[in-house]
Amino acid sequence: MEIILASECPPQETLMAPTASSHTRLVTPGEVIYEDTSYMRGHGTYMEDGCQVASVAGYVSQVNRLVTVTPLRQLYQGAVGDTIVGRVTQVGGGRWKLDINSRLDAELKLVNVQLPGAEQRRKNVEDERGMRDLLSEGALVCVEVQKVGQDGVLRLAARTNKFGKLGQGMLVSMSPSLLVRDKQRMHDLPCGARVVFGANGYIFLGPTCDQEQGLSYTDSDEEVGVEVRESLARLSNCLRALAKHSVMISPTSIMAAHDASIQLNIPVKDLLKGDVMRDIAIATLQDIADT
Amino acid sequence: MVDINLSEAEKRYIIDGVKLGIRADGRGPLDYRELELETGVLDTANGSARVRLHRTDILVTVKMELEPPLPGRPNHGKLLFFVNCSANAAPEFEGRGGEELASRLSSVLERLYSDANAFNTAGLVVVPGKYVKAFYVDVEVLECGGNLFDVVSLGVKSALYATRTPRITITGEDGGELEFTLSDNPYDVDRLDVTNAPILITHLRISEGITIVDPTIEEEQCAPVSVVVGVAPNATICAVHLLGPGTIGPHTLKKALKGSAVLGAEIHARLIAKLKQEESIPDRRIRGFLG
Repeated sequence: MEIILASECPPQETLMAPTASSHTRLVTPGEVIYEDTSYMRGHGTYMEDGCQVASVAGYVSQVNRLVTVTPLRQLYQGAVGDTIVGRVTQVGGGRWKLDINSRLDAELKLVNVQLPGAEQRRKNVEDERGMRDLLSEGALVCVEVQKVGQDGVLRLAARTNKFGKLGQGMLVSMSPSLLVRDKQRMHDLPCGARVVFGANGYIFLGPTCDQEQGLSYTDSDEEVGVEVRESLARLSNCLRALAKHSVMISPTSIMAAHDASIQLNIPVKDLLKGDVMRDIAIATLQDIADT
Repeated sequence: MVDINLSEAEKRYIIDGVKLGIRADGRGPLDYRELELETGVLDTANGSARVRLHRTDILVTVKMELEPPLPGRPNHGKLLFFVNCSANAAPEFEGRGGEELASRLSSVLERLYSDANAFNTAGLVVVPGKYVKAFYVDVEVLECGGNLFDVVSLGVKSALYATRTPRITITGEDGGELEFTLSDNPYDVDRLDVTNAPILITHLRISEGITIVDPTIEEEQCAPVSVVVGVAPNATICAVHLLGPGTIGPHTLKKALKGSAVLGAEIHARLIAKLKQEESIPDRRIRGFLG
C-alpha cells in the first residue's frame, strides 16, 4: 500500500492554459451579468430587478443580444439525437426507467425498442411480461434521445441494432461537459476495446465484438481474455486520470493517454497513483498540442 | 453497504477478472490503492485525521475528557468509539439508514482496541479511582466508496497517533474537590502510545480460495461475504469479523488470515513512517478540505 501525505501532493491546478480569449468572463450563481434589460435572457441566466443574473457558474457567451452562461460542470441536460449510456433502475408499465446522470430518470418505452429478431411488429402483452428478460434492473443500455418531454423527462429509443444492451465490460462516469461533442459515439479502438462515449458522461468500455449484427439482448458467456482486460483496465485508468485533470475526453485524447502510458512503461495498476495520473494528463496534452 | 446496481454482465466481467488474476482496474488480488492522509485537520480536537482512499473519505477526531473511571476498573482510562454515517456519504444513510453500519463499525473498533495488548489504558489515570482520561473517538464517514473498515481503522490509528493532550497537574484540594491546572505550553503535552494499535484488513470472498483486499464499490457488489481481519503491527491476528450473509471455507479463511498478517505488518510500518515524516515537517500548512 502506498500512503501519501496531503502536504506532499501538489495542489489542484489547471494543466491547460485557458484557450478562451481575454474577454471571456467567468461568473458565479447570483452574479449580475448586465445591468441592462435590452439583452435577451438565455440559458443559465434570469432577470431580477432589471438586471440579468447568472444562475449557474460558468462562462458568459453572447450571440448578438442573446446572453447565455455555459456551465463548467453540470448534470446531463439532454438533446435530441444524443447517443447515451444508461442503467435500468425500474421495469414496469411497458417502459424502463433509466439512470442517465441527469436530474430525472429517463424513460425507454418498449414500443421504442427494436426487439431481437429485427422484425417490425406491434408489441403485445407477452412482450410486456417478458420485459425483464430483455433488460432487468441494473442492466446497461446504449440508447438514443428521441424527445425531450414537456415535463423534462427524456424519452429514449433503441430503434436500430446499433443500440441495445451492453455486455461485459465496465462503466466509467464523469461530468458530461468533459466529453468532446462527436457524431460518432461508438469506437473500436486499435487496442482491442470497444468504447461507447455516452453524451451523458457515462463511458462504457468493453471488448470488441467482431460480429456485424451489433448489440443484442442476450448476455455472452464468453470469458474476456487477459490481454483485452489489461488494455481495458489501462483505458479506464487513463480516462479517470484525464477526467481528474479536466482534459477533454475524445477517442484521440484517450488513445494518446493510452499510448503515452505504454511508452512511459507504466504498469496498469500504477495509473491509479496521483502523480502518475498527472504525468499522463500532461503527456496527453503535450501529444495533442504537437499534432 | 452502499448499493449500486450492476448488471449481470458487469459482475461476470469483474469475477472472471479476479479469477484470472487481473482486476477491473489492473490491480492484483492483494494490491491496495493509494491512500491520502493528513493529521491535525481540526483545531478544536485533541487529535484528528482525514483519510482518503479513492472515493472513501473519513474524518476522525479524538477528544479528551476527565471522567470518573468505570466501576471495577479504577486504574484504567477509557477509549470510546462513535461512528456516524451521514447521508452525505451515501443516500442510503439518510434518516436511520446508516445506523446499522455505524454501530457495527464502532463495535468492531471497540473490540479491536479493548485488549490491553492493543491499546493500554492503564497509563491514562489522573487520580486513581476518581479521575481518568476518557478519549472519545468520533469517526465521520464523509464519503463512502468501498472498503470502509480498512480506511476507518487507519484513520483511527492516525488520529490517536496525532492526539496531544495538555499535561495535567493537581495543584490542590478545595473542600474535597481537586483542582487541576492544564499546561499552556503547546509542547508540554501527553501523547498516546499507538505502537501496538491494530488495523483492519477486509478480504472480499469472490469464490472459494480467492479473496481480494481493498475492493472497489463495484467489486463489493459482486460477492456477499467478506472477512475483516484485525492485524497488530507484529503481524499477529487479533480480530476476525464476518461481514455479510454467506460462508467462507476454512481453507479460504486460513489463506486470508495468512495474507493479512504479512500485509498488515507492511501497512503498519508504512503508516508509522509517514506519520513520523508528517510530524517532522516544520510549520506544516494544513491542507484540510479546501486545498
